[in-house]
Amino acid sequence: MMRPTQRLSTQLNRTEMTWRDKIWQINWSLIGVLTAIASVGFLTLYSAAQGSLEPWAIKQMVRFGIGIGIMIAVALIDIRFWMRHAYALYLISVVLLVAVEVKGTIGMGAQRWIDLGFIQLQPSEIMKIALILTLARYFHGATYQDVGRPLFLIPPLAMVLAPMALVLKQPDLGTAMMLLMSAGAIFFMAGVRLWKFGVLLAGGLGAIPVAWQFLHEYQKKRVLIFLNPDDDPLGAGYHITQSKIALGSGGIFGKGYMMGTQSRLNFLPEKQTDFIFTMFGEEWGLMGGLFLLGLYVLLVTFGYAIALRCRSQFGRLVALGVTTTFFLYFFINTAMVMGLVPVVGVPLPLISYGGTAMLSLLFGWGLVMSAYIHRDVSIGRRGAHDD
Amino acid sequence: MYHDNDRAKTFNRRALMLAGGKAALVSTLAARMYYLQVLEADKYVMLAEDNRVSLRLLPPPRGPILDRNGIAMAINQHNYRVLVVAEQTPSLAYTLDALSTIITLTDHDRARITKEARRRRSFVPITVRENLSWEEVARIEVNAPDLPGVLIDVGQSRYYPLESLGAHILGYVAAVSENDLTGDPLEELPGFRTGKAGVEKIYDMALRGRGGTSSVEVNAVGRVIRELERKEGEPGVDLALTLDMRLQEYAAQRLGDESAAAVVMDIHTGALIVMASTPSYDPNAFNRGLTAEEWKELVNNPRSPLSNKALSGTFAPGSTFKMLTAMAALEAGVVTPDQRVFCPGHTQLGNIRFHCWKKGGHGSQDLIGGLKNSCDVYFYEIARRVGIDKIAEVSRRFGLGNPTGVDLPNERPGLIPDRAWKRKALSQPWHPGETLINAIGQGYTLATPLQLCTMTARIANGGFAVVPHVARDAITDKTAQPRTAPEWPSCNMAQKHLAMVRKGMFAVSNEPGGTAYRARIEQEGMWLSGKTGSAQVRRITMRERETGVKKNDELPWKERDHALFVAYAPEDNPRYAIAVVVEHGGGGSAVAAPIARDIMIEVQKRERARMAGSDGGHSQ
Repeated sequence: MMRPTQRLSTQLNRTEMTWRDKIWQINWSLIGVLTAIASVGFLTLYSAAQGSLEPWAIKQMVRFGIGIGIMIAVALIDIRFWMRHAYALYLISVVLLVAVEVKGTIGMGAQRWIDLGFIQLQPSEIMKIALILTLARYFHGATYQDVGRPLFLIPPLAMVLAPMALVLKQPDLGTAMMLLMSAGAIFFMAGVRLWKFGVLLAGGLGAIPVAWQFLHEYQKKRVLIFLNPDDDPLGAGYHITQSKIALGSGGIFGKGYMMGTQSRLNFLPEKQTDFIFTMFGEEWGLMGGLFLLGLYVLLVTFGYAIALRCRSQFGRLVALGVTTTFFLYFFINTAMVMGLVPVVGVPLPLISYGGTAMLSLLFGWGLVMSAYIHRDVSIGRRGAHDD
Repeated sequence: MYHDNDRAKTFNRRALMLAGGKAALVSTLAARMYYLQVLEADKYVMLAEDNRVSLRLLPPPRGPILDRNGIAMAINQHNYRVLVVAEQTPSLAYTLDALSTIITLTDHDRARITKEARRRRSFVPITVRENLSWEEVARIEVNAPDLPGVLIDVGQSRYYPLESLGAHILGYVAAVSENDLTGDPLEELPGFRTGKAGVEKIYDMALRGRGGTSSVEVNAVGRVIRELERKEGEPGVDLALTLDMRLQEYAAQRLGDESAAAVVMDIHTGALIVMASTPSYDPNAFNRGLTAEEWKELVNNPRSPLSNKALSGTFAPGSTFKMLTAMAALEAGVVTPDQRVFCPGHTQLGNIRFHCWKKGGHGSQDLIGGLKNSCDVYFYEIARRVGIDKIAEVSRRFGLGNPTGVDLPNERPGLIPDRAWKRKALSQPWHPGETLINAIGQGYTLATPLQLCTMTARIANGGFAVVPHVARDAITDKTAQPRTAPEWPSCNMAQKHLAMVRKGMFAVSNEPGGTAYRARIEQEGMWLSGKTGSAQVRRITMRERETGVKKNDELPWKERDHALFVAYAPEDNPRYAIAVVVEHGGGGSAVAAPIARDIMIEVQKRERARMAGSDGGHSQ
């Protein structure tokens, strides 16, 4: 139908794409991997409820369905739209975080939710996406030389530290660390000189004794328990000890689906949320765990491939930022339940029962896919407005 | 395109670095998974099982104790308890109110239950009351629909149907104390009772049996989900004793209110047929719980009802010791049976005068005469010749000075003195006069009634070192097997010496003038041979000797002589040995010998009846 030269020119210039072009570009294998991971979650939640769709699995499926819808919608929206509104989204997120401070409902001992009536909003989750967008936009226009100037780095640092401080105040150490780390990845990808990271790392390590003073008692306890869980096997170390028992007793092939004794007999705490990987590992063993890990790695690889394929710096940074955030989610969660890092409230992405995290993650993957669909769209320094 | 290539290159390079870092982290995760789920898996599988499975002990019924004829001496009784499970009640207070209209509940009970309910998890049953009567149980069962959360539970408690009879041999059971812990998990069970005295104590492990187990699956808060496996335990062994409780009853009656002990033994097997110690106590009282006054009375009673005098009471054997002195002298060859000693009523050693019990003296005495008349001077003389060490050595061969090894706790060793002992214990040299005193069973010499009975048995059975026992069977920790025919070691006493001593004992009981002639048995085939003893417990002063020694009746109880008698029967074909000791009872011939005679008649009568019965059984 089309001559090869014509095709090439359309590919090279996707500044104006029709809806049909975009839908054609939707990356169905990426959606396939996401669905596979989420399905592992459905299965495990079904087992966690002793073989019942209620109360978790069915709700999780509905949320995933909505999430995939949102994701596709986000993906089809022009990436320049997201870039144009990045700062606004960031500001809204900051306002929401402040709102949580002012008028939040107490959940799990920490103020993290805002009740909008139909959904309980967790502004810190939105912030994870907004921060990526706003940093990506900031660095999009920056030249390699720009990034080399220390003064140039002060605004983005402020963009990171402000929400971090608000999240820490909630207090939510896990999310604050995630914000810091994904922001750090974007700084790194944007080309901030390596020695600056070295200085920050050294400074950070030096600040640990100072920071220790500001930690809440329960946070200190978690760190201490992490360092020696056997100190208090029935108290605060209980979670991590029981989690290791559940995982370890699963062995290579697991105890079988719906046969995890640790989870079924409630020795395992929060088995449907933060410790869901433990339950999966108990029932499916090392093989199941490696399979799930493989799915996650596959998804991250998709993210990398998309980022590298992007022509715009914004798209590249967004794709890698979201991918890294996602990576941090599953790394911190699995490392936590296996006793490699202290217990912090980070869910297993797409699997742990919970609405906000799933929606914000799929929103993020929507952005990644948008970057894919608009991979050949070139964006000028000033954003959507072509120079 | 403004250095876009630079940026893209940097981006690609850094993306590679970041990916490398992530790959390292993922490898860490995989390695950790491998470590937990493969290398350490066994440990965690075990821990998970520990978590999941809880072992519950099922207490076994304690073995009953029977006498030689199968009369029950210790049995288990049902103990009905009412329990309440707090989580199944609409409200604990309401249920207790309802219960208190049916059975009596004290405020104290209520306070304890409420306290326990607060401390324990709500599904753990709490004991409301124990030892319910059958009527109370029935009333609760009838009202069961109105009492949700209330259950009746049957426990077991020990009951001794014969009450005070044989209490000293049986002992009793009580709650496990710190010192009793052996590591048997049964001991951790609430309400578990362990043997504290007597055979209940010594055969405790065999009687308690082996606990069964029920492994149940529990969840994180300890609620039982289901039973996985049940292993029934083994009940304790049936413990049959050698005692004949009807003879025991007779002996106890015959001893009456005296503080006394009587022991009857089969001289060939060592089986104890009677072991009575009076006064006694009711072991059931310990299970019920004693009041402070009852306890005080038991402990402060001068006749010490709690002690088994047959093996925990030590007495100067008095003249019952003379057989040993005689054998020591015969074996040493310092006297022949026919050599005579003149008794003027006393003898002189250095400047100390030793008196015979008979003021005027016995005149010329040979060995038989010395035993028959219990002439002290005769034994002073032969003891002087043989020396204390030889007497002590022979005494030990016949079972004195050491515990006999009977299968009962708290046996005392008594005391057989010799030079070495005195040097060691008192740091003093032996005085020759002490040889004379101890040769007639006074002074330091002490023996238990059981030892005296064993000594008599060994004399009667031809010099075999028989050891007494009360358990009919050989009991290991878990089983009871019939005893094998015992092969007792020899006491190494020449038969002619034993025969001579037995002849003397025959004369004591069966020749006119013998000290126990009046307490002889006249029934054909049941004759006994014995030896009397009256052990002095006070010093008789010179002045009292001049004015006339006071009669026992004139003395306060504590100062009266101990009355002793040892014997065996039938004299021509010995089968049974007996020792009777009446503490502060007076004279052996007047008090102890008639009791021993009556018991021996009953023993032999019962034995004949038994033989006839079993013969009849064989001919059928």
